[in-house]
Amino acid sequence: MTTSSSERGVSLGMPELPAPAYPDDVRTRLEADAREIIARYPGSRSALLPLLHLVQSQEGHVTRTGMQFCADMLGLTTAEVTAVATFYTMYRRRPSGDYQVGVCTNTLCAVMGGDAIFETLQEHLGVGNGETTDDGKVTLEHIECNAACDFAPVVMVNWEFFDNQTPSSAKRLVDDLRAGRPVSPTRGAPLCTFKETARILAGFPDERDGAVGASGSAGHASLMGLRLARGETAPARVVHPRDGGPHDEPRNREVHDPSPAEHLSSHDAPQDTSASDPANPAAGPAAEEGE
Amino acid sequence: MSVSTRYGGASQPEAGGETSPEKLLAPVLSAFWDEDESWTLDVYRRHEGYEGLRKALAMSPDDVIAYVKDSGLRGRGGAGFPTGMKWQFIPQGDGKPHYLVVNADESEPGTCKDIPLLFANPHSLIEGIVIACYAIRSSHAFIYLRGEVVPVLRRLHSAVREAYEAGYLGENIMGSGLDLELTVHAGAGAYICGEETALLDSLEGRRGQPRLRPPFPAVAGLYACPTVVNNVESIASVPAILKNGKEWFRSMGSEKSPGFTLYSLSGHVAGPGQYEAPLGITLRQLLDMSGGMRPGHRLKFWTPGGSSTPMFTDEHLDVPLDYEGVGAAGSMLGTKALQCFDETTCVVRAVTRWTEFYAHESCGKCTPCREGTYWLVQLLRDIEAGKGAMSDLDKLADIADNINGKSFCALGDGAASPIFSSLKYFRDEYEEHITGRGCPFDPARSTAWADQHTEVNA
Repeated sequence: MTTSSSERGVSLGMPELPAPAYPDDVRTRLEADAREIIARYPGSRSALLPLLHLVQSQEGHVTRTGMQFCADMLGLTTAEVTAVATFYTMYRRRPSGDYQVGVCTNTLCAVMGGDAIFETLQEHLGVGNGETTDDGKVTLEHIECNAACDFAPVVMVNWEFFDNQTPSSAKRLVDDLRAGRPVSPTRGAPLCTFKETARILAGFPDERDGAVGASGSAGHASLMGLRLARGETAPARVVHPRDGGPHDEPRNREVHDPSPAEHLSSHDAPQDTSASDPANPAAGPAAEEGE
Repeated sequence: MSVSTRYGGASQPEAGGETSPEKLLAPVLSAFWDEDESWTLDVYRRHEGYEGLRKALAMSPDDVIAYVKDSGLRGRGGAGFPTGMKWQFIPQGDGKPHYLVVNADESEPGTCKDIPLLFANPHSLIEGIVIACYAIRSSHAFIYLRGEVVPVLRRLHSAVREAYEAGYLGENIMGSGLDLELTVHAGAGAYICGEETALLDSLEGRRGQPRLRPPFPAVAGLYACPTVVNNVESIASVPAILKNGKEWFRSMGSEKSPGFTLYSLSGHVAGPGQYEAPLGITLRQLLDMSGGMRPGHRLKFWTPGGSSTPMFTDEHLDVPLDYEGVGAAGSMLGTKALQCFDETTCVVRAVTRWTEFYAHESCGKCTPCREGTYWLVQLLRDIEAGKGAMSDLDKLADIADNINGKSFCALGDGAASPIFSSLKYFRDEYEEHITGRGCPFDPARSTAWADQHTEVNA
């Protein structure tokens, strides 16, 4: 998904106008949620991270409108809120897909095949890191270690675990997501959208029946030691969960020759700052700037 | 079975010792993870859940602190600081609120113990929290969970709700007069928030950047009030100590590293997973019982406790994995994240990727870490791509030396560890990248599915 120069906030002329407010009904609803969040903490500012998750659950990313809302609720300046919103990687700064597909490319997963999976998905979807498919369904990115190394290589979709992936299982996964077929993680609940996930992160429990218990008590790797301690023999190395194993991996890979794009943990260049969602009924900055 | 030879170098331990998994492992926290609905209060109670709390509430708070101190429990988050001593540092009678903050920001590369623990057995943490808060006289505790693990967040939400309904949280807990509120707080993606003072800043709604110490959190922590910050596994281990006794706990492990702990085996091994055992087990024992390295391959290098702990090689298979043993061998026990890489893995590629991680996660507060990790990445990328010079190797070591011990927090030290240790054990391999004009390894051979294609690869 491309963004216009104004969305990226690179306009060099007029200083930006204040962000538009949420429509009244949205604001009323979010204010009630925000008050509930703030009440959890002895100091109100502690509510800022959950509030940013909350505004992300409204628009799918953190907009200037959302940051203004957080600032209003907490008595902070928008500069203070922006400083926090831009520090943490889970806050998205531009419109993105319903499903965030994150491929772990930290060392262990990368070596075990995460690099190949990420490369395959980029080709298969025709998008680069942080980009969204044209249908608005999938945003692809590489992620850092997600504490599931015994299930490597790992892919996260909306922060649910898809363990022991291969390039072919990952391709099928994103195809299913784009086709609207139901998808269940190895560990976690049947997928909800990114916005719904953000609401859980804001501290509002997932009320769907069976969501908490979905996928059972523990993954197979978590039980390895317990089974051995009970005198059971080591179970065979199991399950590529979605397909029983890789099928169409590339056969003769070239000798490793890293290109700049391959340096996966290197998105240390400054990221774009956010703009309000143009689809927001309250007009975004594009309108303000008369484009 | 003589699988041991497969791992390479070191001699085998003496024969005749107890080597069966039943003797070597000690599932405590993981003892019922395979039961249906193991995360629920019902199942936890069936396994004597909240009995440790009952015993604690019958003691005075100071006695609970002394008891945990006597048990010898040490922090399971990496540093190994005695848990009871942390509790004792909280000034009592100071008229200020006290806080307990549980560090569930598990993000150290390779580390994957707290997440499965919280997924399968969240009540062990909640019970430990209530005991700890009783001891340090806190009436509000927080679980700072990294945000990227929604399945765990769901179960924590559910377990906390169950605990409130059953009267283990809230007002006058089990008739003791103890009031306790517990807030589950989801982070938003930042490795640095695993550093305890950065975590506190983050929990206060700021950028997660470490604070200058002193004052330590025990004196001025959350909202400048006395605060204990403990790792998930440390706190979750407390109920079992209360329930089964400190002598039971001390019967495992060694004098200075007593007790049980979760070891996480990952990488090119036949049986990756969680292995709960007394401290002091060796990697050789863990590999022997779990099927060794993947068939046909040998161990090349491994981390004892995540990427921030200096790497080991097959020389270190018999190092006792406790705080002293790993320390004496030149590394740190860390989080017991045993990431094992076989001979198909390029050590330069591995270290480059870790270094990119540290550069990305450096919070930017202090110069040595912010600038140093950036330059390490530039040099390593060149070396990996065959564009390095021999002098770059000394430069790498020099930059790492300027980060190590000179940074604001331990992230910088962690970034230096893989550099120093890989140069120590694998300098030849770096040189090969330089003289050979590139990486001699084929990444396809390292993948989890590589060997399934051996025949068709002709």
